[in-house]
Amino acid sequence: MTGITEVTGAEELRVDGVSVELAGARLVHEVSLAAAAGQVIGLIGPNGSGKSTLLRCVYRVLRPAGGTVRLDGDDLHALTARDAARRVAALTQEHPAEFEFTVAEVVAMGRLPHRRGLGGSPTAGDRERCAAALDRVRAGHLAERAFPSLSGGEKQRVLIARALVQEPRLLVLDEPTNHLDIAHQLEVLALAREAGPTVLTALHDLNLAAGHCDRLYVLAAGRIVAAGEPGEVLRPELLAEVFGVRATPVRHPGTGALQLLFDRLP
Amino acid sequence: MSDPVRRIPTVPLALGLATALAASLVCGVAFGASGIELPDVLRLLAAGLTGGRLDPDDASAYAIVWELRLPRTLLAAVVGGGLAATGVAVQALVRNALADPFVLGISSGAAVGANAVLLLGAFASLGVWAISVSAFGSALLAMVLVYLAARTAYGLTPLRLVLTGTALSYGFSALTTLMVFSADHAEAARDAMMWLLGSLGGATWGSVPIAAGTVLAGLAYLACAAGRLDALAMGDETSASLGVDPDRLRRELFVVTAAVTGTVVAVSGAIGFVGLLVPHLARILVGAGHRRVLVVAPLAGALLLVWVDIASRTLLAPAELPVGVFTAVLGVPAFLLMMRRRGQAFGGRR
Repeated sequence: MTGITEVTGAEELRVDGVSVELAGARLVHEVSLAAAAGQVIGLIGPNGSGKSTLLRCVYRVLRPAGGTVRLDGDDLHALTARDAARRVAALTQEHPAEFEFTVAEVVAMGRLPHRRGLGGSPTAGDRERCAAALDRVRAGHLAERAFPSLSGGEKQRVLIARALVQEPRLLVLDEPTNHLDIAHQLEVLALAREAGPTVLTALHDLNLAAGHCDRLYVLAAGRIVAAGEPGEVLRPELLAEVFGVRATPVRHPGTGALQLLFDRLP
Repeated sequence: MSDPVRRIPTVPLALGLATALAASLVCGVAFGASGIELPDVLRLLAAGLTGGRLDPDDASAYAIVWELRLPRTLLAAVVGGGLAATGVAVQALVRNALADPFVLGISSGAAVGANAVLLLGAFASLGVWAISVSAFGSALLAMVLVYLAARTAYGLTPLRLVLTGTALSYGFSALTTLMVFSADHAEAARDAMMWLLGSLGGATWGSVPIAAGTVLAGLAYLACAAGRLDALAMGDETSASLGVDPDRLRRELFVVTAAVTGTVVAVSGAIGFVGLLVPHLARILVGAGHRRVLVVAPLAGALLLVWVDIASRTLLAPAELPVGVFTAVLGVPAFLLMMRRRGQAFGGRR
């Protein structure tokens, strides 16, 4: 398939022929994708298509059964956990509420891979970075609140701040807009783009994907079936085949941006 | 919109607790069944520390203070600190604030070994060390069993650990009960009961240094791991994305917890509730950050157990009550209060 691994500008992330197996089942089949520095790359596909599994392989919860994940040419799975965490930050879908960490404590955890020694208490520099990151996501006022007591949108902003203080080259987002109202969905994606590093995000909402990603990769049954700019990828035939819906592309009357209307297939 | 979290500054709190602990250690030595006046206690302690001369009249008081009460009080502090610290570790390990060092089955495993000595006279060749050695050995054996049974291809998961530990605990308790029933003398069954509820009566200068060394080593490890414990408490995926391998950390914690719990249980029996309540109390005071919790919880645990031990041997003197009775009497209402106070914070989602 052509076009899958072409990027313009300096290439940063390259996923090369990655397969992932869990309990003997192959969930991701030889997936390749690439991203240039600063790009926002979207991963779309129906439930169970392997989006989260692929992302978990990129942020190193899972090891690939085959293939490599390279960032700036370095194989992420050959690095130590700490070295990898200085380059890749992730917003996962887990939100445990068992322990009442404050927002400031949650953000400070992002400095963990940068700390020296085993215990390593936070330095003055760490604290400044954390305060600045919280301000950047407009959550400075939340610093002393208990993280589990925050609303969904506030939590995601705080987790983006934690990812920022990790100072990563790549930010991985696993469905970051889940359970958020529309204003917070738009805000989270805008913040991710402003954050600076290359972004790889799984998204369910195809209109959000169209509006916020530079490139999209479409996963179905663990394989990439299409890749390219949103306008090239989000074609009605492909969406009918992959998602089983009838899509009607329209243009935003104000901005001219691509929007999709969905109906059930007859 | 909820209020900012209110917390007590850690350093003054820790200093206060340390001061209170020092004073309580003196109280622990001063109070007891035989009335020795406080000035005499202080004089005898000073004499013991500096090697000064004693009147022959003081010999029995000196023996009580130096050979019985001091090691016992120090052991109470060591055991309390150790149980509180392992409580913190286990709660992070299984990511559940309702867990304690005993949910992993380690203490009921230790009970099997201890009661084999008490009731069946096993390891008689080891003399006074028989109970401790046997309890520690069977605690480690229990740990290995729980570990092997809970292990999966993907490492140790919190739920599997808790379920396996609980299930095997029942098995170990059944073994202990079987031994109690098959023992042919009533005295032994009473000994077994005392041990199951915890007692510091067996403290000697032989057991204190070993227990103290193990607990301090465990604390040193946990203090170094504080940042990683924070990450683990936020979830396995988050932990991995922050550069902390959750499976590796969990394995380390498992070994440290088993060693400290095994040692502590071997010298003091199964003292419940300290490892569950004290970490919880520490989090209410200073928040969930492990760097602070691991300073406050061991001090508070030591303080609590020193006073519980004083109560257990003075309230009905000269009779002695099991320490576990007091920790349960204090623990159950405190636990229920805390649970009401925390409300929705238990059990996960909100």
